[in-house]
Amino acid sequence: MSLKIDQDHSRFRKIVRGKIRKNLKKYISQGELIGKKGKDLVSIPIPQIDIPRFRFADKQQGGVGQGDGEPGDPLSGQEGEEGDGAGKAGEGEGDHVLEVEVTLDELADILGEELELPNIETKGKSTIVDKKDRYVGIRNVGPNSLRHFKRTYRNALLRQIASGQYDPKNPIIVPTRDDMRYRSWKTEEEPVANAVIIYMMDVSGSMGDEQKEIVRIESFWLDAWLTKQYKGLETRFIIHDAVAREVDRETFFKTRESGGTMISSAYKLCAEIIEADYPSSEWNIYPYHFSDGDNWSVDDTLLCIDLLKNKLLPASNVFSYGQVESPYGSGQFLKDLHEHLKDDDRIITSEIRDRDAIMESIREFLSKGK
Amino acid sequence: MAKFALKTQIPRYLYREQVAIEEIARGYGLDFFPMVFEVLNYDQMNEVASYGGFPTRYPHWRFGMEYERMSKSAEYGLSKIYEMVINTNPSVAYLLEGNSLVEQKLVMAHVYAHVDFFKNNFTFATTNQGIDRRTGEPIRKWIDTMANHGAVVRRWAKRIGIDKVEAFIDHCLSLENLIDPNVPYLPVPSITEGKEPAGGDGAEDELPEELGLLRVDKDYMASFINPEEFVAAQRQKLVDAQEQERRFPEEPRRDVLSFLIEHAPLERWERDILNVIRREAYYFYPQMQTKIMNEGWASYWHSQMMTQKICDTSEIIEYADRNASVMATDGKNLNPYKLGVELYRHIEERWNKGRFGKEWDDCDELEVRRSWDRRTGKGREKIFEVRRFHNDVTFIDEFLTPEFVMEHKLYAFGYNNREGRWEIETRQFEEVKQSLLFSLTNAGQPFIYVADANHENRGELLLEHDHQGIDLRVDYAREVLEALHRVWRRPVELRTEVEKKPVLMRYDGSEHAQRAL
Repeated sequence: MSLKIDQDHSRFRKIVRGKIRKNLKKYISQGELIGKKGKDLVSIPIPQIDIPRFRFADKQQGGVGQGDGEPGDPLSGQEGEEGDGAGKAGEGEGDHVLEVEVTLDELADILGEELELPNIETKGKSTIVDKKDRYVGIRNVGPNSLRHFKRTYRNALLRQIASGQYDPKNPIIVPTRDDMRYRSWKTEEEPVANAVIIYMMDVSGSMGDEQKEIVRIESFWLDAWLTKQYKGLETRFIIHDAVAREVDRETFFKTRESGGTMISSAYKLCAEIIEADYPSSEWNIYPYHFSDGDNWSVDDTLLCIDLLKNKLLPASNVFSYGQVESPYGSGQFLKDLHEHLKDDDRIITSEIRDRDAIMESIREFLSKGK
Repeated sequence: MAKFALKTQIPRYLYREQVAIEEIARGYGLDFFPMVFEVLNYDQMNEVASYGGFPTRYPHWRFGMEYERMSKSAEYGLSKIYEMVINTNPSVAYLLEGNSLVEQKLVMAHVYAHVDFFKNNFTFATTNQGIDRRTGEPIRKWIDTMANHGAVVRRWAKRIGIDKVEAFIDHCLSLENLIDPNVPYLPVPSITEGKEPAGGDGAEDELPEELGLLRVDKDYMASFINPEEFVAAQRQKLVDAQEQERRFPEEPRRDVLSFLIEHAPLERWERDILNVIRREAYYFYPQMQTKIMNEGWASYWHSQMMTQKICDTSEIIEYADRNASVMATDGKNLNPYKLGVELYRHIEERWNKGRFGKEWDDCDELEVRRSWDRRTGKGREKIFEVRRFHNDVTFIDEFLTPEFVMEHKLYAFGYNNREGRWEIETRQFEEVKQSLLFSLTNAGQPFIYVADANHENRGELLLEHDHQGIDLRVDYAREVLEALHRVWRRPVELRTEVEKKPVLMRYDGSEHAQRAL
């Protein structure tokens, strides 16, 4: 049933959306959202939309409370400095924080609107849909191989207790035909993933925690946007110092290694992964590489350029390189890329100075709509 | 709403309870409007509650915000609305579908006392829309009125766009609390009053000094020293000066909203909307003024009725459990239900035992006071009188006693700047009482007046904050000034104090300024 409140509610949601948009930069640079990420909802704290009125300044007005304690005792339950203080007698309104739930999809939408991101033009391949059976229900008939033991047992028990045949001293449960329960399935259409992001990160000694946090935040938003664009997006993760290896998401963001940097090792691995799993005629491929731009040697850099030119760029929709500024990195790699691949529009580079630059960098990566 | 209005008739078993409880309530002397109960599911309940009890209000996003909050906290099991009753005649109360029978009975008993309070407490007389000549009962058709307000706003929204209308409502709501609770009690000003110019003979009363005439020592010289033309010119000057000095409004006015409605350059739709906001603000004001009394009264009676007449032995535990959760204090905040009910009981006991009057006041022997019982038995009568003639402020002022403050462990708290925390300041009776009264006065809001609508002779609006020791929240005050500017369309100013210094805040439509006075 549709309620009258729905209209007002949707207007409120619109305002909230506006609020989120206005503060998008804050949300993005804080990275709190990622920690909160639920299945596909994120809850975003937004300040309660207060209607301003003439009212008393918070900390000048005391009030009356009830309970134990001596004069001079602090009131219990204070939330540090910023707390609203114990509720005032009468109509004490605090600075409530309203948590609003937003789907990741919606968030990506807001991101897209705010950054004016174009939709991605896929490489002209239709999404392949696969059929898959899922066991989601129970029914009364079926093959014995699908018998649901627990349900069957429970029914039999129920029947025996109800009909007085159950003897606690001799608890033998004999199911009859009516008690039998079987698993049943439903056929669901599932889109086959046809886009993959391959994240590569430099985890050498010069990449500090802050640098990694920046990569983490940025990749969360890239993920959100590309997930929105492609049904069923796959992600792969590669970390490297002097050697590269593939890891899971968890490790990707946590690992901290030391030692030198050979970027080519990551590119090599990336090329191998693409070759093995993602034929470029069927896949939209997005390699993202984050580093502080400090490569081991000139030779290795040349090797990288070579790999890019011959393997990665031809296979990818676009290859993105993000250079995170670190106190130790020289940032030379970015310059080398510019020098050798200046006019190639299959590569996008971006410099990320600090958290505040994340939003701009996302825009740089995604605004070409590839 | 119409859709579910049809389905909300209460089921038979609840109707039977209603009849029984109504009879019991009447037996105790409660006097209420006819009651209509409706059963709502929790979603409908949240909806109606977001609209402040009225199923039809004007459209505005803040109702949607309320709804989001309420349904969230209902979903998470943080809170549940048990009872909602609205001040209309006949009164409408909502029951939540799926509550247990004991809960429903509790709510009904509670609600009958609320409606008794609506009908009899003097503050609510301001919500009368006339008196029915046939029955002598007040007319309060607020459901219709609110629906009409909704229609007015919707019609304008359709004509000029919801965004514009909603934005204007936002501004109006910032001014919503600028009303004068005394307005309903003031005599209706007669048309001639206040406009009377000084009569033709008034000139006789003027003193020569006032006119600025020259000194005359010999009477016969008067007409030479102060020739007639000179006197006339001087008199004209005086009149002009008085004219200039006459302020508008002549007296500071607290009902800022009505002042704006009368004098701000509003378009018709804006005036209509501001009127709606103002009327509703006045409608809700008595409930803010009597929160403690009203909830206390309802709690007093539900507990009387439930324990003495309604519950059987199998129900009493569940009742006690529910009641306890309503009355609970967390050792910190005041619970208006608890404070109210205890204060009524305190009054009842005092008047039952004759603990009032000069003899009682003069007695300062603790032992004697403790065992004081004159068997006057006037307690019940007294609380009925109290519920008629008091609001929260006078209720506390008149009946809060040192014994009560001690027994219920009341304290006054304040913010300690040095420690950066809230602290218990004192348990002294006088100070606790003053603090409590302060927080209740004017429903805990600052006093703001229209001081001058032609400030500096530039048509600017000057408001005056009657500073009583507590500053305004400056960022909010600024935003209110912006809203005010939207309505007044000329620069607006507010005289207040910030950190003990008089200050003039000003907004001229593009920027804020603040200067010391």
